[in-house]
Amino acid sequence: MSVLARTLTRGITAGVVTLALGSAAFAFELEAGKPYDLGRPATPEEIAAWDIDLRPDGADAPVGQGTAAEGEEIYMVQCASCHGEFGEGRDRYPVLFGGEDTLASHDPVKTPGSYWPYASTLFDYIHRAMPFGQAQTLTDDQTYALTAFLLYINFVVDDYDFVLSHENIGDIEMPNHDGFIPDSRPDAQPETVCMSECDVATEVVGRARIIDVTPDDDGETAAISID
Amino acid sequence: MDRSNEAPDGGARARTGAQPSSTGRRAFLKTGLKTGLGVAGAAVAGGMAGRAGATPMTAGAEADPATLPPNVPWWNQYLGDGVAAHPYGSPSPYEAHVVRRNVEWLTATTESSVNFTPIQDLYGFVTPNGLCFERHHGGTAEVNPVDFRLMINGLVDTPKVFTIEDILRFPSVSRFHFLECAANTGMEWRGAQLNGVQYTHGMIHCVQYTGVPLRVILDQVGVKPNGTWLMAEGGDSAGMHRSVPIEKALDDAILAYAMNGEMLRPENGYPLRLVLPGWEGNMWVKWIRRIEVGDKPWHTREETSKYTDLLENGKARFFTWEMDAKSVITGPCPEKPVLHKGINQIKGLAWSGRGRIKEVHVSTDGGRNWMQARLADPVLPKCLTCFNAEFEWNGEEVLLQSRTVDETGYVQPTMQALQEVRGVNSIYHNNSIQTWLVNKTGEVENVRLG
Repeated sequence: MSVLARTLTRGITAGVVTLALGSAAFAFELEAGKPYDLGRPATPEEIAAWDIDLRPDGADAPVGQGTAAEGEEIYMVQCASCHGEFGEGRDRYPVLFGGEDTLASHDPVKTPGSYWPYASTLFDYIHRAMPFGQAQTLTDDQTYALTAFLLYINFVVDDYDFVLSHENIGDIEMPNHDGFIPDSRPDAQPETVCMSECDVATEVVGRARIIDVTPDDDGETAAISID
Repeated sequence: MDRSNEAPDGGARARTGAQPSSTGRRAFLKTGLKTGLGVAGAAVAGGMAGRAGATPMTAGAEADPATLPPNVPWWNQYLGDGVAAHPYGSPSPYEAHVVRRNVEWLTATTESSVNFTPIQDLYGFVTPNGLCFERHHGGTAEVNPVDFRLMINGLVDTPKVFTIEDILRFPSVSRFHFLECAANTGMEWRGAQLNGVQYTHGMIHCVQYTGVPLRVILDQVGVKPNGTWLMAEGGDSAGMHRSVPIEKALDDAILAYAMNGEMLRPENGYPLRLVLPGWEGNMWVKWIRRIEVGDKPWHTREETSKYTDLLENGKARFFTWEMDAKSVITGPCPEKPVLHKGINQIKGLAWSGRGRIKEVHVSTDGGRNWMQARLADPVLPKCLTCFNAEFEWNGEEVLLQSRTVDETGYVQPTMQALQEVRGVNSIYHNNSIQTWLVNKTGEVENVRLG
């Protein structure tokens, strides 16, 4: 079945009629499901080498294992120069532990222990992107060990010799597992669109010049980081 | 503060200088440029000296009388560069201040960082390719197109590998769309912080993307009936990846290889990137190397630990894909002070990730009273829309704001309304109304009202 035909079917059953109509309009320009005989089949070896992701339930987790104790040794060599010996984060590099009970405060600290909902995400990110600038150099076993170490310093697992593997990574429950809710926008909408004599506060209560962190100004940095 | 356009005293015609040689002309340009910038810095009122983005054209640079009527300037007399001098052209040297800028304290490294489009210096809704803001997670991947491969695997009938040559042989579409980072204006949640529209609103660009509708490519591999999610993965050193519901892929997603008529710039994903019109820029995976089809989302790092919107109660919204309607005045703004009493033009940009812009309203009194702004044609869906208005400045303090309404009826909210729902820890998706204070000297400041 072509993807367009599937959208129409799914659209009707799922109630996303507007999306289905959008695709139907598109079909006047391009024939749905038309084969172009371009590209070639991917080989199993190619897929195995590039398909490096895994899912929260542990699906597609690469075969391997490692302990927190093994992970600490790797961490000190490969990670501590940026993340700090205790995961405290040097300069503006990410903090890797702590932050419990801060999410509702004025100064939330988002770490694997306080914020990340899934252990699989830790493995996946370390495996594909770390060490920074030397991506995909860690073995699967090293990555399991590092993930186990981060779970250990965040009190997700208690045993220094805990063995994390493809068999149990989908079973790890992170502390903030239930901390995420679906998008409920649009929100913050006014009851009417006021055009004149609107009842709004117009007193200046904050000025960027006073905060003084704009580049080219000589100022202290006191701000929210995006990364 | 008016830039002089007075007629000369006498009728005598001064001689222009000696005919400049090619090198002499370059030296002249250099000196002229330096002088222009120096004067600009000095001419703008206190605190603005040397401000990034101050424009010689508008900030009081003095003209050279020898070039003004009744004299004939040297460029009007002598030969200029021939056609082969600039095989790939550049902006005028007098526009050297129109550049992307970054904020060093935001991030630990420039390789995992962002810079900002100088929207205060742009005209129309198309962003020049060299000025489109950059957001990298592991630096720019330098990909030779000969070495490029796109793999599609997962819940498909036939996993396939495509070359860029293959991609270029598919039918193409060309569409104008804005790309806004979810963190645009993210530093302003708690108060007015950055004193420049480039920094408060510059994580946006708008170009004409050309590429293949994603659904055409998916048809080549045959998505299985239980394939409901895609994972788009970048070929950069962060392997940046995001989950995308298949409905979006089948709706208006594009695998784009070109922007504004030329192949993508390396920093924007050359040779192939994902385009998800109206959705947060992080999902528009650059240097895309793989698309996996699955039956559940992956919950990658960029859609859990980042790009989730932390609310006041400590819960966070996830999968917040659409960019809500937003507008901002790009002149006057902190980089573009008000230089003249009397009639002044207001210009700005409006956009919505949910469709077309329907209206833009402008206020000069901090939102008490509003007037309709003129929208400039064309008004395209999920694309920047230019607006204009006028105001008369008599030297008093003015509080400038813009507010947009999109075709779904969504109204750009005040910061107060956003904070009531989301608190101040969200970082992402701040589309609130921006206030610029024009003070009595004509300087413009980023302020927060309360």
